[in-house]
Amino acid sequence: MMAFYFSRLVEIFPFFLKGLWMTTQIAFISLFTCTILGFVLGILRSGKNKITKRLIGVYVSFVRGTPFVVQVFIVFFILPEWGIQLKAFPAALLAMAIMGSAFICEIVAGGINSISKGQWEAGTVSGLTLIQQLRLVIIPQAMKVILPPLVGQYVLLIKDTSVVSVIGVMELTRVGWVTVMRIPEGLMVFSLVGALYFVISYPLILLSNYLERRMAI
Amino acid sequence: MLDDFNFRIIFEYLPLFLTGLRNTFFISIVSIMLALMTGTIACACRISSIKLLKYPAIAYIEIIRSTPLLVQIYFLYFGLPTLGLRVPEIQTGIIALMLNSGAYIAEIIRAGITSVDDGQIEAGVSSGLNYFQRMRFIILPQALGATVPPLLGQAIVLVKDSALLSLISVMELTRCGQTMTSERFMPTEAFLTVAFFYMCIYFCLKSLADWSQKKLIFREAY
Repeated sequence: MMAFYFSRLVEIFPFFLKGLWMTTQIAFISLFTCTILGFVLGILRSGKNKITKRLIGVYVSFVRGTPFVVQVFIVFFILPEWGIQLKAFPAALLAMAIMGSAFICEIVAGGINSISKGQWEAGTVSGLTLIQQLRLVIIPQAMKVILPPLVGQYVLLIKDTSVVSVIGVMELTRVGWVTVMRIPEGLMVFSLVGALYFVISYPLILLSNYLERRMAI
Repeated sequence: MLDDFNFRIIFEYLPLFLTGLRNTFFISIVSIMLALMTGTIACACRISSIKLLKYPAIAYIEIIRSTPLLVQIYFLYFGLPTLGLRVPEIQTGIIALMLNSGAYIAEIIRAGITSVDDGQIEAGVSSGLNYFQRMRFIILPQALGATVPPLLGQAIVLVKDSALLSLISVMELTRCGQTMTSERFMPTEAFLTVAFFYMCIYFCLKSLADWSQKKLIFREAY
């Protein structure tokens, strides 16, 4: 029986590759948007304006305080009540962007705050504008603090893409879930799914470990 | 936007939510306790020099860390019955959370232990302390301070992760929101209430973590 199911699983392997492709798509698009949004929010959060700081703080603690599944449900079920109807795929991307940018925002703000005030002052004295100070003086130094946890966060984001399967996006976990209904060999099916996730995220974990060692003084 | 937010329905469903909250608490507390044990054992194996213990521990930690929790939950949920084990959903969920958090906790404890300087251990050796005395008087007091805040952080993550158990129909907080949505179709009320309860738990644990950070990290360890 086992061998029969195994051959069935080999037969439908292309289906898994399709799921993997979907997962990669969601992961890449959301890593990209999260990084950009996260950096913008992080820079604003480490800035001087009290009101934006507070607002971003509320946003960040909302995202960090609630499970990602609940956020996915909020995006997918509540936004339509307010007249914003989203299909599953864009809803998944939106939820990922909301979640990821809040976590990256904290990492970036932490990195920028770790730079001493003297660096800003030196920038001002040298006649650099605020943008130039950030781009030329602060961010390059802060990157050392930001990079290792950022790559770690990327791994978490890739793993969190599995959660969007709950709203029916046909990515890897969903493919596994659908398959297990036809091929009742849970261990086999989800070992395969796990192995495919391992292939994407383990290199990033190694990269994160390497950066951590490299950046430690 | 929230003009027609219906508080009455929330009060009507409050008993359900409180049951869900109780289950979430129960699941989280049991799993964090079990995860602490698993993590300590895994960490002890990971740092030991016996290859037969070390490599399985490394494999366990790395496999757990590079696959999503949801896949691990489904693996157990759909996998255990094929092995002929009929386990209730809630226990499957607790096992999954235990194994998942155990791997992260092992890494946290290891980071705490390796953060103690080698010179400290050498000083212990030259003072004539044996392995257990060194652990008891030198390494653990220093490592523990560095370990408590990230462990509380992991507890926060675990409470949030327990929401995924709703997908294998464990009646916890998120599942209550889903139930209410399917019965009355009021997703706004349902999920904002669920989010509110999670936020309450989050803020309690977060302030505890911040407090321990201030108290423990900068304390002189001797």
